Amino acid sequence: MNILNAIFRFYVEGFRRMTLGRTLWVLVLLKLFVIFVILRLFFFRPAMQGMTIEEKQQHVAQRLGIPLDK
Amino acid sequence: MDPSLIDWSRAQFALTAMYHWLFVPLTLGLGVIMGIMETIYVVRGDEYWKRLTQFWMKIFGVNFAVGVATGLILEFEFGTNWSNYSWLVGDIFGAPLAIEGIIAFFMESTFIAVMYFGWEKVSRRFHLASTWLTTLGATISAWWILVANAWMQYPVGMTFNPDTVRNEMTSLSSFFTVAFSPMAITKFFHTVMSGWLTGAVVVVGISAWYLLRRREERFARSSMLVGSIFGLVACGLVMLTGDTSGVIVGRTQPMKLAAFEGLEDGSEHAPLTIVGDMKIPNMLTILATHQWTGFVPGINDILNGGYKLPDSTTALSAEEKMSRGTIALEALTLYRSAKNKGETEKIEDLRTRLQENLPYFGYGHIRDKHDLIPPVGLLFWSFRIMVGLGSLFCLIFCLLVFLQYRKQLTRWPLLLHVAVWCIPLVYICSQAGWICAEVGRQPWAIQDLLPINAAVSALQSSSVRVTFFIFLVIFTLLLVAELRILFNVVKKGPQIDETTSPNT
Repeated sequence: MNILNAIFRFYVEGFRRMTLGRTLWVLVLLKLFVIFVILRLFFFRPAMQGMTIEEKQQHVAQRLGIPLDK
Repeated sequence: MDPSLIDWSRAQFALTAMYHWLFVPLTLGLGVIMGIMETIYVVRGDEYWKRLTQFWMKIFGVNFAVGVATGLILEFEFGTNWSNYSWLVGDIFGAPLAIEGIIAFFMESTFIAVMYFGWEKVSRRFHLASTWLTTLGATISAWWILVANAWMQYPVGMTFNPDTVRNEMTSLSSFFTVAFSPMAITKFFHTVMSGWLTGAVVVVGISAWYLLRRREERFARSSMLVGSIFGLVACGLVMLTGDTSGVIVGRTQPMKLAAFEGLEDGSEHAPLTIVGDMKIPNMLTILATHQWTGFVPGINDILNGGYKLPDSTTALSAEEKMSRGTIALEALTLYRSAKNKGETEKIEDLRTRLQENLPYFGYGHIRDKHDLIPPVGLLFWSFRIMVGLGSLFCLIFCLLVFLQYRKQLTRWPLLLHVAVWCIPLVYICSQAGWICAEVGRQPWAIQDLLPINAAVSALQSSSVRVTFFIFLVIFTLLLVAELRILFNVVKKGPQIDETTSPNT
């Protein structure tokens, strides 16, 4: 427990003493919000979402097995 | 397939990858330079070097904070825009990317905390170890990403399973074949060393800026000394690994090499084109084969086939490859149909037919043999920008090291100005290198196995276009924020008391 406590205090004190780091953390958190909340939820839905494994196999096999100009 | 969908999907991926690549090389290079500076601090016990290291750690921190997680967007794009590709390569990409995530990322993120928070909390040696381990973590991370990329350029170690429609790693040895393929090894070293070069150029450029303004002079001279010697070493290593890379590309992706050179017809004594009609006789043969005499195929040779390959077999023409690719596609469709109908007598025959023609699988999707030629003009000039700027950096590092040895650095302000301007140039050089690697692979997403038109998901072109512009806005804002913070840090300077120690 002492080790965990020391690690916890190490991080807490480290974050408290930050100067430039505060600005950078704001930037990082903002960016992560944009990436994981806005982009991931609204713009990047996996194209084969909702398909079973067999359906995915069949979908890709059909797509790859037929020459695109035919 | 809507051609604009392919173009927008490619443009979006290129934009994201290029943006991500703005941050990675500086992380790799500056990490080593910080490690060297802190090692000097620990060995000498001189606080001045500690302050020096701390300043460069600030620059590292800004770059790291803006760059971190931008690579994740690429993974989103794999699933959304390139779903066929993702399914086909899932097994190959899964292992390296998972290892990258688990080992390298956690290693990097754990020790980076000690690096920034631990100056007064842990011993000097533990802190030094943390700095080096952060850099090592970033480098290992780069290794796995480059293994995945190298596999797309030179797909080895996998078995195509027509039942799952995936390239699978079936044994531990196939994992090692993927992880340590010659392409992966050279790509790793060439890319990481180019990151070292970027770090050195940035350190030298910022130091030159201080020297031109006659401020922080002692700090700038110390940083310039470390940066320029390290840069010179990095230049040598980049040239060495670039040379090895050229031989491997010549052997495994001859069309890419021919496009770099704009070489239409090959020869046993192929010249290296500088620009226009300026050529060095026989040099391309020497660089591509490491032999005095050796056939380097041109674009027409690769399309027409008939020349001897390094393994003494005869190269097939594009038409033959396209014909065998069509057989492979048909065999896949018939195999799956036979399997569904339970026609066991046909299954083995079709599987054999598929395996025999599998090396040409992707050619079944090529409509015109001229589609196999990547954009020659873009590659020709990107290659020259990369090599030309790399040579310029070597020259500048040589001059800087020499002038520092002669103690005449500030007598050459023009050279210091050039060193400052090298900062944007090293990024152009680095991006040009990736254009060579990735555009040179076109039309392939996976060399010979999957062209981009078959790899792309069937999406609305307009939705991909919208996200492209959303990214453009987000990336531009982030880049502006980073540059503003960076410029402020540099303008503020290291704020070192330059009289604290005589040991420089």
